[in-house]
Amino acid sequence: MAVKNYIEAITDALALEMRRDERVFVMGEDVGVRGGVFRATAGLLDEFGPQRVLDTPLAEAGIVGTAIGAALNGMLPVAEIQFVDFILPAVNQIISEAAKIRYRTAGDFHCPIVIRAPYGGGVHGALYHSQCLEALFTHVPGLKVVTPASPYDAKGLLLSAIRDPDPVLFFEHKRCYRLLKGDVPADDYTVPIGKVAVRREGSDITVFSYGLMLHFCQEAAEDLASEGISVHLVDLRTLLPLDRESILAAASRTGKALIVHEDNKTHGIGAEVAALISEEVFFDLDAPIMRLCGPDVPAMPYSSPMEKYYMLDQKKIADKMRELAAF
Amino acid sequence: MTPEKYRELGLTGEQVRDMYRLMVLARELDKRTWLLNRAGKIPFLVSCQGHEGAQVGAAAALEVGTDLLCPYYRDIAMVLAFGMTPTELMLSNFARAADPNSGGRQMPGHFGSRRLGILTGSSAVGTQITHAVGAALAARMRGETTVVMTCFGEGSGNQGEFHEAANFAGVHKLPVIFFCQNNRYAISVPLEKQVGGGSIAARGQGYGMPGVRVDGNDVLAVYETVRDAVLRARQGEGPTLVEAMTYRLVPHSSDDDDSTYRSREEVEAAKRDDPLLRFGRYLRNVGVMTEADQEALLQKTLAIVDAAVSEAEAAPSPAPESTLEHVYAATREEH
Ligand SMILES: Cc1ncc(C[n+]2csc(CCOP(=O)(O)OP(=O)(O)O)c2C)c(N)n1
Ligand SMILES: [Mg+2]
Repeated sequence: MAVKNYIEAITDALALEMRRDERVFVMGEDVGVRGGVFRATAGLLDEFGPQRVLDTPLAEAGIVGTAIGAALNGMLPVAEIQFVDFILPAVNQIISEAAKIRYRTAGDFHCPIVIRAPYGGGVHGALYHSQCLEALFTHVPGLKVVTPASPYDAKGLLLSAIRDPDPVLFFEHKRCYRLLKGDVPADDYTVPIGKVAVRREGSDITVFSYGLMLHFCQEAAEDLASEGISVHLVDLRTLLPLDRESILAAASRTGKALIVHEDNKTHGIGAEVAALISEEVFFDLDAPIMRLCGPDVPAMPYSSPMEKYYMLDQKKIADKMRELAAF
Repeated sequence: MTPEKYRELGLTGEQVRDMYRLMVLARELDKRTWLLNRAGKIPFLVSCQGHEGAQVGAAAALEVGTDLLCPYYRDIAMVLAFGMTPTELMLSNFARAADPNSGGRQMPGHFGSRRLGILTGSSAVGTQITHAVGAALAARMRGETTVVMTCFGEGSGNQGEFHEAANFAGVHKLPVIFFCQNNRYAISVPLEKQVGGGSIAARGQGYGMPGVRVDGNDVLAVYETVRDAVLRARQGEGPTLVEAMTYRLVPHSSDDDDSTYRSREEVEAAKRDDPLLRFGRYLRNVGVMTEADQEALLQKTLAIVDAAVSEAEAAPSPAPESTLEHVYAATREEH
């Protein structure tokens, strides 16, 4: 097994699936000659040629709409949106079209597209290269939303996403790209969409997170372990559909639940997970459900002190974990 | 450029010297930001090198103080012409609290200043083009003679917003200059993969306005084209689409490596047509400036850049908690 970083795992999955299935192709801004501005599609043009690795004009509504059309006519497009912030011109295509195609045709058509997009902050990206926009899409039945937090999952979940018969938004935390390294099998394997992964077994509090924050939670959980507090850490991995059973079981296990995400708090993923827990396993709880999230401001500022203030980190998370454990 | 060209255009020696001064200032500020970036002092930059001629030529045709600008991230020379100071630009590069564009919130290149008539913009390319149309509509509703200039790259001209804006302005004959700075690349994607038909200007006809392609490295040619467009707009004859052909002499941004998608020979060839060198040569040829004048100007400019950097670097960052401010109006303010 080779050690790969997160972005290499993505490239690996794309190449593997393009070799395996002629219908798969990638499209997006700068994905060809440049191999993507983050280099997720590096080498694909050389191997598969310009017919299957398309540099598109700079227009996201066109990218996603074209992908949908190709999918309706039998192809399996993987569209790259350069930054998730720039998915917004394509939201009409995603929500009005992709999400509703199966439903509105009573199953006659379906829309097997994947839209990959880097998201998240802490990279001096300012307002428009730092956003987490997952909550915009997790409110939309018909879509699937996946946010892997390890190289292994990045490859396995991307393969599942491409093989999924429905539209999948595949959000890659851009800080994870080169920060995370791990074992990634060279061969074909999948990680199921819609299933959490327990990253750490524990008995005092249960913490749910995803993406980059999952790693900060892991580090914070180690700090707490040395203080004698045992954290049960759950990587949500898929935000839509949520893995209800596993989430409920994990919350019941300790009776104390904390949801941590970088995205801002109001109407975020944490609200849904908290509502689910309180609806279903309220009587197993020993403390109010807690959330630790980004502040409710429009987006992350550029200035370093402001960016630091905005971003969660190991210390902020450890403090919140202690607060819950002490309750 | 014929020797008499600037006088034929009704420009004075003083005016063309000032245009050259702005180009040199933009170039030297830009070069310094690269050094600051490579020294780890500023995290990011986008550059205007190669676009100075197009920007200064266009800005010179506008009436600063009356006309409005919806710029894009390369418009360093353009906003200098609109009155932004070198120190203000450096405050933005260093993300300081006193950055007039955003108080350190936006990346460099995201210009906006009510005082200067520069409408704020985001990073999402093309969004500003519709704002320009709305601003022109507002001006006309109030019976003002304002002209609105909006700038964008040829790649960004493929966003739906460009087409929606151009059509709106064409239908309503609004006083907008659509100023496309065509540098033949959108990051790595070359013009031929970006623009079907190869010309942004040719689209003008479809939207009910003249579309003019001009040599963007010829400052005076750009000035002439935009001056005519401004005249049309002010007389109520509607919008014009101008496509200034130029070249980005450096990578797309501090995060880009342009050697992955264009040859060094191509870049070197483009440098020989650098608008700054061309205009400098022209001004010497027509006797408006001597080599010594230009050297003195360069030295003066470098001192200005030094001062701007020192001042900006020493200025305070925004307070961390100010992250929470300006989401909504703090009071029931007048609007
Ligand atoms: C809506 C949107 N999509 C993608 C991007 C990422 N991006 C920033 S600049 C750029 C290329 C722009 O090229 P062009 O319009 O030709 O302008 P130039 O940079 O060449 O001056 C891209 C793809 C963005 N900022 N906004
Ligand atoms: Mg361009």
